[in-house]
Amino acid sequence: MDIKLSHFNGGIHLDDHKAESLTQPLQLASLPEQLILPLKQHIGEPDKPLINVGDRVLRGQLIAGSSSPISAPIHAPTSGIVSAIEHRLVPHASGQNANCIVIDVDGKDESIEFESIDVSQMQAADMINHIRRLGIVGLGGASFPTSPKLSRGNDLGIHTLIINGAECEPYITCDDSLMQNQANEVIRGISYLQRMLTPTKTLIGIEDNKSKAIEAMKLALQSQPLVNTEVVSIPTIYPSGGEKQLIQILTGKQIPTGRLAFDIGIFCQNVGTCAAITQALELNQPMMSRIVTISGDGVHQPGNWIALFGTPIKHLVGLAGGYVQDGLNKSNNTQQNLVMGGPMMGFSLASDEVPIVKASNNILVMQQQLIAQKPGIHDECVRCGKCAEVCPAKLLPQQLYWHSRSKEYEKAEEYNLFDCIECGCCSAVCPSQIPLVQYYRASKGEIRATQQATLKSDRARIRFEFREKRLLLKKQQEEDKRRLKREALLKRSAEKKDNTQAIDPIQAALDRVKAKKGMKVTEQKNIEGLTAGQQKQIDEADARRRAAREQKA
Amino acid sequence: MTSVIVSSPYVSPSSSLRRLMINVIIGLIPGTLAYVWFFGPGILINISIATLCALGFEALVLWLRKKQIKPHLNDYSAVVTAWLFALCLPMHSPWWLIVVGIGFAMIAGKHLYGGLGFNPFNPAMVGYVVVLISFPREMTTWHLPVSVSGEAYGLVDSFKFTFGMGDSSWDAFTGATPLDHLKTALRQDLPTSEIYQSPIFGKLGGVGWEWISAGWLLGGLWLLFTKTIRWHIPVALLGSLGCIALAFYLVDTETAASPLFHWLSGGAMLGAFFIATDPVSAATTNNGRIYYGILIGLIIYLIRSWGGYPDGVAFAVLLANMCVPLIDYYTQPKVYGGA
Repeated sequence: MDIKLSHFNGGIHLDDHKAESLTQPLQLASLPEQLILPLKQHIGEPDKPLINVGDRVLRGQLIAGSSSPISAPIHAPTSGIVSAIEHRLVPHASGQNANCIVIDVDGKDESIEFESIDVSQMQAADMINHIRRLGIVGLGGASFPTSPKLSRGNDLGIHTLIINGAECEPYITCDDSLMQNQANEVIRGISYLQRMLTPTKTLIGIEDNKSKAIEAMKLALQSQPLVNTEVVSIPTIYPSGGEKQLIQILTGKQIPTGRLAFDIGIFCQNVGTCAAITQALELNQPMMSRIVTISGDGVHQPGNWIALFGTPIKHLVGLAGGYVQDGLNKSNNTQQNLVMGGPMMGFSLASDEVPIVKASNNILVMQQQLIAQKPGIHDECVRCGKCAEVCPAKLLPQQLYWHSRSKEYEKAEEYNLFDCIECGCCSAVCPSQIPLVQYYRASKGEIRATQQATLKSDRARIRFEFREKRLLLKKQQEEDKRRLKREALLKRSAEKKDNTQAIDPIQAALDRVKAKKGMKVTEQKNIEGLTAGQQKQIDEADARRRAAREQKA
Repeated sequence: MTSVIVSSPYVSPSSSLRRLMINVIIGLIPGTLAYVWFFGPGILINISIATLCALGFEALVLWLRKKQIKPHLNDYSAVVTAWLFALCLPMHSPWWLIVVGIGFAMIAGKHLYGGLGFNPFNPAMVGYVVVLISFPREMTTWHLPVSVSGEAYGLVDSFKFTFGMGDSSWDAFTGATPLDHLKTALRQDLPTSEIYQSPIFGKLGGVGWEWISAGWLLGGLWLLFTKTIRWHIPVALLGSLGCIALAFYLVDTETAASPLFHWLSGGAMLGAFFIATDPVSAATTNNGRIYYGILIGLIIYLIRSWGGYPDGVAFAVLLANMCVPLIDYYTQPKVYGGA
């Protein structure tokens, strides 16, 4: 195959700092005392714990899962006792706490029995199911669950499979190390992807500063040849490893705004994910560990370690010879920057207690002097346009900054804010040292919050309007009912009236009262029907009263 | 342990505003040296007074605006403005004229709009145009090159002239600039072949001026080499000026000056590489910068040929500054994945 490479707009050349962590061979990290496993290590719904506090778990045992299609289950990376299911600090840019399963490691590393499976007999759907069951997520950084991506790619039809081994960020060498040490596993993983997706060609893109990895991959591909598959050495320029950029380099195509790679028949997967797929499909083993680079001028011995998910960063820094700045733990005024991911797109960690998760490719320990962009201290933008020159999304960062700064979010969106991939090239070259990406992240956050609020208020409004409508309907129904009743009554009384030849009801009532009164009067008279003797007595009494009154007078 | 929380990227800065400004100042040196060589050291007094005043006004306004003074003075942007402004003035301009011009440039042209980064107009050109319109006599009193007048002044003499302490003897050695002379003579229907007989004209432009322009060109190439500026504006500006000049020159060489004469006279070179390229007031998209440069080149030619002033760089730049928002809006590049 003859591959004609294209270029993406801009990009920058950075000091790659990769040699530091490649001086020592890939090692297996020792077991830490405790593993902290966040229930959300992937894009999508968080998992629900399937074990209880106090349970003993074995290596490979399913401990958390979710029924949501966009999710990945979590398996215990080693044996131990579940000591807590609680909120712990997790590796996230916000420095937030989230629910985690905490396992006190017992050191025995006892495993469940992994049933043997025969991948050669499997259909694509079975393979995808397997990948889902074993918790495979993309190891390139975003941690998107691999199985839904595969099914979607399978549905849509893929013509080009791209394997991302570019690893363009400085310091990070985990993929380099993987390709040097496990090239055969990566190539076999690619062969399984090819069986699931049936692409017409497969391109493995690796930056040309990783000659050993390129060699190892080419060698592995020679020993187990795959149809229309090629290792492509691409020029070292950041951010060549961004999915959109790598696709453009290798195919010359751009993913249309708002669409995904498989919408144009391209499927992109990281080399680490390929190796994990091999492990899942051949050994039936879930994702329990990954290669992590520990690097930066803040540790004594940078290198790569195969670390279990949940391993606290502190433990790995210890394996890397510990912090350079002595007395770091003694005095509080020494500060250094702990970063998960690379220096261009990684994020600061608030503490070294946070664990390694599926997305953790690199831990960077930098002494504070290296941090250039302190928030709030920068010159003003002079519109020099250096940012636009290096922007791989071909945006106008200076205009985005102008509108972000003055909170004109609609304008910022007009200038395609959401096409920004936050690669950090603009910030890196800005002569005014403006933390541009920080402004864009803030603007995106504001816009999303506004959209959420609008959505919420829209929903509330709809609910309110519906309620009003419902109440009105109810009122109308009641009124109708009353009206019908009244009409029925009137109708009945009218019929009565017809029968009684229109007697005035008031007069009739009065007559009735009168008649009643007359009856009562007759009843109350006790001097009627008297006997002759009684009459005589009454007459005599009357005569006496009369005589007494006359006497008095 | 304590950790610093800041947003990525975590890299050392590759450039600074201060570095860009210092590059511009370095770029101005060859042309300034040529100026001194052909006209004497008087221009250095212009530059010194303007620089001191610019820093003073900047500090004053920063203090009034309750901003940090030292970091802003340290970015050298005021020095660049002052230097460019001073180069536009005739040598031996009175000191008060320099103060008024640079004061207006710094206060009204720069800080009333919000300071560096917010000024829609090039501050040096704002200051220059104010004194050009307000003090026409002082602004048209140009020295003849030493080789033409035969009279060289030292730094002390120049100092006296600037502060009005000298005699007025140097008035005898002033005259029209080549552009002014050409314009006046062409209006009297003199053919260029005859006009160029005047001793103030050299091989390609005016005596001295052609070399000063070459100095700006050399400095401009330094700016391109150091990536302080990009090629779009100077190439478009000189290209459009050259094209329109060539068109009229081809029609009749006796009534129009050559493109080379236009490039090497007046403020064309200085404007193309140092003034129009002020990033704050220029267009910011690559295509926009081309339109912006073309516009300035055309306006320069229009003013030089038919306007009221012999040169038009300042007016051209200010007029183009006004068009920048429009130009930038309509020249947005197609983003990745955009339709």
